Amino acid sequence: MTWRYLSANRILIVVALAVTALLVVAGGALGDTEILAQEDESASTAETSEPTADHSKFEILQQDFATGPDLTRACLSCHTEAAKQVQQTTHWTWDNHFGEGIGKTTQINNFCIGVQSNEPRCTSCHTGYGWKDNTYDFTIEENVDCVACHDTTGTYKKFPTAAGHPAYEPQDFGGKTWNPPDLSMIAQNVGATSNATCGSCHFNGGGGAGVKHGDLNPDLLTASKEVDVHMSLDGAAMECSDCHEGNNHQINGSSVYMRPSDEGGVDLPHDDGNRATCQSCHGDHPMASPKLNEHTDKVACQTCHIPRLARGTSYTKTWWDWSTAGRFTEDGKEITTKDENGNVSYTTKKGDFVWERDFAPDYVWFNGIVNVTVAGDPVVLNEDGAMELNAYAGSYDDEHSRIYPVKTFRGIQPIDAGNNTVALPHLFGKDDKAYWKNFDWNLALEAGMAVAGEPYAGNSGVPYSGEVGWMETVFYEPATHMVAPSGDALECDSCHSRDGVLASLGGFYMPGRDGGAYDWLLWGLVALTLIVVIVHATLRIVGAKRRSS
Amino acid sequence: MTTHRVKIYAGFERLWHWLQALFIITLMITGFEIHGSYTLFGFETAVRIHTVVAWAFIALIVFAIFWHITTGAWRQYQPKGDRSIVRQARYYAYGIFRGEEHPYRKTELTKLNPLQKATYLGFKILIVPIMVTSGLLYVFYNSWQSGWTGGLAVVAVIHTLGAFALVAFLIVHVYMTTTGETPLSNVEAMITGYEEIEDESEDASVSV
Repeated sequence: MTWRYLSANRILIVVALAVTALLVVAGGALGDTEILAQEDESASTAETSEPTADHSKFEILQQDFATGPDLTRACLSCHTEAAKQVQQTTHWTWDNHFGEGIGKTTQINNFCIGVQSNEPRCTSCHTGYGWKDNTYDFTIEENVDCVACHDTTGTYKKFPTAAGHPAYEPQDFGGKTWNPPDLSMIAQNVGATSNATCGSCHFNGGGGAGVKHGDLNPDLLTASKEVDVHMSLDGAAMECSDCHEGNNHQINGSSVYMRPSDEGGVDLPHDDGNRATCQSCHGDHPMASPKLNEHTDKVACQTCHIPRLARGTSYTKTWWDWSTAGRFTEDGKEITTKDENGNVSYTTKKGDFVWERDFAPDYVWFNGIVNVTVAGDPVVLNEDGAMELNAYAGSYDDEHSRIYPVKTFRGIQPIDAGNNTVALPHLFGKDDKAYWKNFDWNLALEAGMAVAGEPYAGNSGVPYSGEVGWMETVFYEPATHMVAPSGDALECDSCHSRDGVLASLGGFYMPGRDGGAYDWLLWGLVALTLIVVIVHATLRIVGAKRRSS
Repeated sequence: MTTHRVKIYAGFERLWHWLQALFIITLMITGFEIHGSYTLFGFETAVRIHTVVAWAFIALIVFAIFWHITTGAWRQYQPKGDRSIVRQARYYAYGIFRGEEHPYRKTELTKLNPLQKATYLGFKILIVPIMVTSGLLYVFYNSWQSGWTGGLAVVAVIHTLGAFALVAFLIVHVYMTTTGETPLSNVEAMITGYEEIEDESEDASVSV
């Protein structure tokens, strides 16, 4: 090659080709990898250090405790402030909107509807003893149940209908005998909380494995990595308390006070009071692809990383129709039927159920504010004709809102038809008004409404007309556990397609889903262009033939 | 009638043209997938290809602008401002069917007929800037969308309308290549750079 070939033109061509090739290569490398930040650091924080106290050596614990409160008194003789701390927490107060009297105590759902008038059954998951009615004294320290959370033996179990007490003598429930736990042995072996102690209540919300939650059930104790990357033993083998950290018995993270967004990012060294968010460990931009990270201002981590609910072996309830309860066999016996998977699908006490497993969540705009319902609230139906008992607030335009996955629990439940208000039935009890004894909705609502409402203690109830009606209801359960391995996360086109999982989520433009409304017109114009061209070509050919002939 | 072989398109011009064709067609295929019209590569891959090719296209445009300015080739697109464009339009709408001569002859200095000038000028100063600008706003919308939450829809719709216009352009453009001396002579010229051009002396001039 000689110099005269190197004209400006040729140099330009070579440079243009080189730059283009470089851009293609560089661009192709973008976004190829997708890793979770801090993957190497997510190892278990399970006890690696020995405790400084051996509780079996404490004399006061070497006795036969007759009751739970007796045991608690022994605990408090050393841990003098522990009960006071516990009594400040929602585990004790069941009052999530602190001071407003609104929380688990008064909130209406569409499972067993409400706690009030049904305490002895519901409070078998209370961190205390003896909450059997609305006269309960929340200041008695010995009523704090220490071992519900601090048992390490796995033998402590609260009896299902004893207002938080364990069985003190052999008792039958649910077709099996509950033997009294050895409180002395349990006391001498207390320790840190574990997935088993947290799970003893939280995995069985609604009265059984996975009943209430699609993302919290006993599968988490033995989960594979595919079910839960954090808690599975072949994954990060994490404990509940690794995220739900506690100080002074205050545990971070609540399903009523959610944090769909957390601009605070990684919480070490600072603490924003909520280390239970994904961002607390992963930060707000943990992905390798910048484009994926740009999604975190509108999409919660959970949306992509919890692609399906109840991915283990446990089913979860998705439908509960109370209106069909109260049917008996011809000879007056209660009916129980099961579906093809062996899950109870009808009982005389409760009505019809539907169970599901490995199903897609629904998606809502959520800013963390949950609008709860209490007994006596007016019935307000949404456009689908159902009342949202815990409507999630949020919208695209709200900077704190994220697209968030929920388990939508639907059902039919009784209302006060005369006042058109939300009603609370008295279900459990040995009295003559409890629905599960007498199967009379009117009596049950009358008894429930008489003690419903706030303030909790000493209230005069909520008005009840005496007329029973029914409404369809919706209750949202946030999906935030059972995070899948990154490879199982939703793909781009799970949402970015005409009929993707966000097809019905409004309020914003999404590429791939929207903007096709006038495509028929635009393709029509393209087709017209094509027709004009074809006609033009035909006329040219015809003209040429005519001239040559 | 004698002809001589004349170089019409410079090397860079041809490279530019064909790269542009490749880029635009790739952007169309991936773009309409991103729009949701069909599934081919999958959304993620389609976006990745679309973005990379768009950046390559922008780089090409920068070189093309540089080339047009330094070589003075930009003058090719300067409209004359007379009624010659009407004559050209009349030819395509009528004369071409009757076997009339092209109203204008290609020379090295005027390789574009008046209608082409107008079309390509519109392509260069209207369609391409709109597509590049709306495309960049689309890619970087996270940087500005907080100030105007409905903005993405506007940007996306403008970008999509431009895409439909380009599809129509491509159809007409490809068809028009067949209206040269022979159906393939225009394409050949864009590949080889050379075209057989009738000698000036025998120019049959323009008869309407």
